[in-house]
Amino acid sequence: MKIFITAVTALVTVMVTTTAQAFCGFYVAKADTSLFNQASQVVLVRDDDRTVITMANDFEGEARDFAVVIPVPTMIEREQINVGDRAIIEHLDAYTSPRLVEYHDGNPCARYDREELMSMDANLPAAAKELKRSARSQGVTIEASYTVGEYDILILSAKQSDGLIRWLNDNGYKIPRGAERVVDSYLGQDMRFFVARVNVKEQSRLGYQYLRPLQVAYESNKFMLPIRLGTLNAKGKQELYVYALTRTGRVETTNYRTVKLPTDVELPEFVEGEFADFYRDMFARQSEKENERAVFLEYAWDMAWCDPCAADPLSHEELRKLGVFWLGKNGQEAKRMIQPQAQNVFVTRLHVRYDAEHFPEDLMFQETGDRQNYQGRYVIRHPWKGEASCDLTQYDASVRERQEREAQLLANMTGWDIADIREKIPFTGGIRPVTVKEPWWKRIWD
Amino acid sequence: MKLISRLADPRYYQVAVLTTLLSIGVFVLDFGIRWQNAVAIILTAQAVQFIGTRLYGLPRFDPMSALITSLSLTLLLRTELIALAIAAPAIAISSKFLIRVKGKHVFNPANVALVTLMLLSDHAWVSSGQWGSAAIGAFGLACLGFLVLTRARRAETTIAFLACYGALLFGRALWLSDPMSIPVHQLQNGALLIFAFFMISDPKTTPNAAVGRMVFGALVAALAFVIQFIYYQPNGPILALILSAPLVPVIDALLQGTHYRWGKSDAQSSAHVKGVQT
Repeated sequence: MKIFITAVTALVTVMVTTTAQAFCGFYVAKADTSLFNQASQVVLVRDDDRTVITMANDFEGEARDFAVVIPVPTMIEREQINVGDRAIIEHLDAYTSPRLVEYHDGNPCARYDREELMSMDANLPAAAKELKRSARSQGVTIEASYTVGEYDILILSAKQSDGLIRWLNDNGYKIPRGAERVVDSYLGQDMRFFVARVNVKEQSRLGYQYLRPLQVAYESNKFMLPIRLGTLNAKGKQELYVYALTRTGRVETTNYRTVKLPTDVELPEFVEGEFADFYRDMFARQSEKENERAVFLEYAWDMAWCDPCAADPLSHEELRKLGVFWLGKNGQEAKRMIQPQAQNVFVTRLHVRYDAEHFPEDLMFQETGDRQNYQGRYVIRHPWKGEASCDLTQYDASVRERQEREAQLLANMTGWDIADIREKIPFTGGIRPVTVKEPWWKRIWD
Repeated sequence: MKLISRLADPRYYQVAVLTTLLSIGVFVLDFGIRWQNAVAIILTAQAVQFIGTRLYGLPRFDPMSALITSLSLTLLLRTELIALAIAAPAIAISSKFLIRVKGKHVFNPANVALVTLMLLSDHAWVSSGQWGSAAIGAFGLACLGFLVLTRARRAETTIAFLACYGALLFGRALWLSDPMSIPVHQLQNGALLIFAFFMISDPKTTPNAAVGRMVFGALVAALAFVIQFIYYQPNGPILALILSAPLVPVIDALLQGTHYRWGKSDAQSSAHVKGVQT
């Protein structure tokens, strides 16, 4: 699943500047995939046995060094392959990112209630013959070769892994050690290999500075994502985002736990400046809590709307380009169906940090009937800073109580030191809440 | 005497274990089980059991089996539609009264309800991955389940199923030259163990003869493997059980055995079912 020649650079995402006012708070920041190094992003569009997969990676080295080897369940024809638009994936990332929202306390002296806020829920004409000949001699069959956009693509099948791996290495694909067993396993499961690398001539002719995502459409009863090859060359854990676009409802893994991250949590004000650190540490801690064996749900929502929006929902055109085949061309279906769920697309964003030890098996998925909306939403509440026309003793005390509660929650979620957190909180009136000194044994097992 | 006969009835243990599992699922693993569904399932099951008892003139109303069925359904069935949460136990319990061969119901009630709803609706599903694969958790489940089984004294189906399914998984791994961590991971599935210890083990819907139960367990394992690893569909065991269930009367006709009665040990049971010797 993962590129074999890797680079440690993050995707550059477009910053969203719109701060729309919404019922669920004012949107301030998001935790997008650029927070994590070496992240792969995969969009899976699936209905019945039809699948369209879009693969984006954060490779930013020399284009001629890029290669990808992916197990695919069926033979792939030329028309089943496409080169997509990176901007759409960046948009999907932004739309589904965990978000930070803020509220400002109203004037505590005013009479309206300041109760708790509602919690809401490859074409090589000359070389081709030579390639085929060398392939046959090693028991490898080149079932097809295409040039699509800036990529040279081969569909390979083989009797045995050693021939295939030798052939790939001879032809400039650096296959990591230990790949034989995994490749054998996929061959045994009747899978083929989709091999792509950049055709530098085509790339300079087309004028792209970066690699565009590859898209493949196929029909198979396997609703899965092969991750085992990715664990071979990785230095440490791999970061993978799966965006599933389905018709019925949320997608979950059937062979690993799918866990919702803590959400709708109130955080101290200073987290606004450290949202990225907060999210990274919170994710790491939650992953540890699940013995590093869980897939995390970051977003599950009907594509027709959002609240608050980290970015606008994807347009009909963008969804079509991602391969959402059940939407009619030029919004035909949307016109016919004038109802709240006009888009008829449900998006699930899964985030998994994996390695061979904790994720021995490929990810197997199923679509559920669950259409309940879920988002990673983190809340900052700013205390009232205006003129006071009444006695604020009671209000100030309640704010201090809230600040202390937020500090403890934050420490609990991220594993940050509670004393450091308290240090950063401007407790109202400068009065630190009286806290009982922690007994020495309180944190020794952390 | 009454107390002794109660202790001999393994269903009390089953209810205790299923309730424990349900609590773990709700409070520790945060499954997303809706309490409304749980209430709807339990009440509907009892209501249908009561109606069935009256209609079919059974000597007394027995709430225990219906309670076990509703706990299994609560653990396994996921839906956001309350109508489906009501339909599930209605299908389950009524199947016991309606689909019978030689005085014995054919389908495991919870199993028939799950499969019917999954086939008919997009809004019912089983979250087989939600138990996670923490080894200790799996071990705990197995032990608890085994306790129930030894009381039920009819463990052959479960043992045959797990042995054959395990053998097939390890065999597949060897054939594909996969690391053994893969079949181990596949076996550490909470939903699989619940199926093996609490669904396929149901003495009422498994063959009367011990050999028959072993054959049946092995058959379900083979079918489950085909569904899960050749057709790549989730919920292989649950689908395999419903496909195999109609063979139980056939196995019973071929192999002599004793029909199980709750609260009676095999020796006490008087209802001998004479099989046809071939």
